[in-house]
Amino acid sequence: MSEPSSTSSTPGSVNVSLSDVTKSFEGVVAVDHLNLTVNDGEFFSLLGPSGCGKTTTLRMIGGFEEPTSGRIVLGGRDVTYTAPYHRDVNTVFQSYALFPHLDVYENVAFGLRRKKVAKSDVRAKVGAILEIVDLPGYEKRRVNQLSGGQQQRIALARALVNEPALLLLDEPMSALDAKLRHQMQIELKSIQSRVGITFLYVTHDQEEAMTMSDRLVVMRQGKIEGIGSPQDVYDNPATEFVATFLGASNLLSGRVAGQLGDMTTVTLDIGATLEVPTSRIPTSTVGSAIKVGVRPEKIRIHAGGTAPSSGGNTLRGRVRVSTFTGVGNQYLVETSAGEDITVYAQNIGEELAPRSGEEVVLSWPTEHTFAVRPAENQISSDELTS
Amino acid sequence: MSSPRPHGARRKGLAPYLLSLPAGLWLLLLFVVPLLIMLSITLKTCSPASGACVMTWQWGELPRVVNQYRSQFVTSLVFAFVATLVDLVISFPIAYWIAFYGGRRKNFFLIMLLVPFFVSFIIRTLVWQFILSNNGVVLSFLRGNHLVPSSFHVLGTGLAVVAGLAYNYLPFTALPLYVALERIDRRVLNAANDLYATRRVTFLRVILPLAIPGVFAAFLLTFIPAFGDYVNQEILGGTANTMIGTVIQNLFLIDSDYAGGASLSAVLLVISLLGIWLYARLLGSRTIEEYL
Repeated sequence: MSEPSSTSSTPGSVNVSLSDVTKSFEGVVAVDHLNLTVNDGEFFSLLGPSGCGKTTTLRMIGGFEEPTSGRIVLGGRDVTYTAPYHRDVNTVFQSYALFPHLDVYENVAFGLRRKKVAKSDVRAKVGAILEIVDLPGYEKRRVNQLSGGQQQRIALARALVNEPALLLLDEPMSALDAKLRHQMQIELKSIQSRVGITFLYVTHDQEEAMTMSDRLVVMRQGKIEGIGSPQDVYDNPATEFVATFLGASNLLSGRVAGQLGDMTTVTLDIGATLEVPTSRIPTSTVGSAIKVGVRPEKIRIHAGGTAPSSGGNTLRGRVRVSTFTGVGNQYLVETSAGEDITVYAQNIGEELAPRSGEEVVLSWPTEHTFAVRPAENQISSDELTS
Repeated sequence: MSSPRPHGARRKGLAPYLLSLPAGLWLLLLFVVPLLIMLSITLKTCSPASGACVMTWQWGELPRVVNQYRSQFVTSLVFAFVATLVDLVISFPIAYWIAFYGGRRKNFFLIMLLVPFFVSFIIRTLVWQFILSNNGVVLSFLRGNHLVPSSFHVLGTGLAVVAGLAYNYLPFTALPLYVALERIDRRVLNAANDLYATRRVTFLRVILPLAIPGVFAAFLLTFIPAFGDYVNQEILGGTANTMIGTVIQNLFLIDSDYAGGASLSAVLLVISLLGIWLYARLLGSRTIEEYL
């Protein structure tokens, strides 16, 4: 298992690509003209709220759904309408879907037997993969005697043992408790780098996606809203949805006021003026509606209403709620027009924490300011909590 | 302060027994007691004239009737077995189709399957007599088209009895099969396809093994009543090919040989229990509760 398989190609080349893939169920569009390329050896995540089309996308790559239109190319071969059992892809299902009538050994060996692998090789491969998922000696156990975490490892082993060109994972951790999930995230990532197989991971958990992925896409209503490395997507959200779904963001409505070199000034609806790097604003047309964003952890809070002398963006406000969370303080600061801004300050004992009701000045470097177009469709709270 | 707790705990401990008391009494009076009476009759000597039985502890009745009616036992076994096999072959595709392709109308199809069985057992069997009779639709058609010789008949043969048994007990086969197939997790079938199993291999390696408890349950539920059945044999069969159920009925109602009839009933009971015991040994007792 640890030997790279002969079929594995060089890292960086295209593993799977979706061109203009659309899937509708009885007229309802689940996946909308999706274009996506995953490279060999990547840990790639499809992230989004439930109903965003991520699982449908995965099922189309696995062969369980046929696209309404578009093409799916896997390892250079068009597999758009190929049956699942003729694809070099294996899946770890959300519910694990282990075979209840077979023991652990037969579950893991199922794919190898269908591929007519020699008996001695099956034994060796199953033994090796059970080592990798840290369940050696479990061959004769019945699957319903295993805990959720163990079942999940067996589901992973059952798929990985076939050394597929691409491994699909459909929210494999949703049934695990938080602590186990965290441990499995680290383990899954290390298994992936060990076996070198491309992982396509579907999740609604943004922390999970950011922890493990080399690259990820954020999906909403069947479309891609943002793509890139976790840090890139987090720091430079492409849309209002990405800014709110991936971590927390303060978004302030305003209009583009003008451009000064590599800075664009935006007049906020609450009256203040902020500077946004021109490279991080989707439009510089004066007067166009825009939302200026800044992450809560990028903001510094100054007690006593005195502004710092250094440059950057500043806003005045009054602390409405101050919450001590142990590792830090979270503030809800009310600005002049009533819009609240969340500020997160680490507990490094630097200065006295402002109290509720206190006048404060908020400041942050201009390079941490981004801007997005207001979302065309209202973002519902359902989409953010799922 | 501590005294109410154990008291309350004891009352809680009694509640399940109290709640099961009506059902328990019912079973005891109407099931266990008659069963014991029946078993005790096997050891009694009864007067055919008056019908009065006296306990004589005679153990010879059981081996005697088993020897005397061995051929009827064999006939019953063969008829019930063939009818059960026919039912399994007919119901499996039906149950499979409803479970996997029934969609939203599953319940409708199940009711369609059951509707004929809302009619009385006797009436249904009498209608079969009509269908299979020498001037009935089936034979008239076959003879009219010269597909069978004019002397061919079905009624009064073993074929008619097996056909009647298979027809009358079909729901007992189809429903457990349906339950077994319906409960198979469709995601497990996805997983099989994902692991290179074609539709045929998925059926043989996943669907069929997962349906085995249902197949066994269907077999027992059909075979046991068919084995003791006497209506089909009496209405559709002739004087030959007598089944054990008919013998028991005759012993009780015509010959007034209560000890003999009770002994044969006891043998039937033991054979049925053996089947259930075998099922439990092979597939575990928990699956019995789920199907029976």
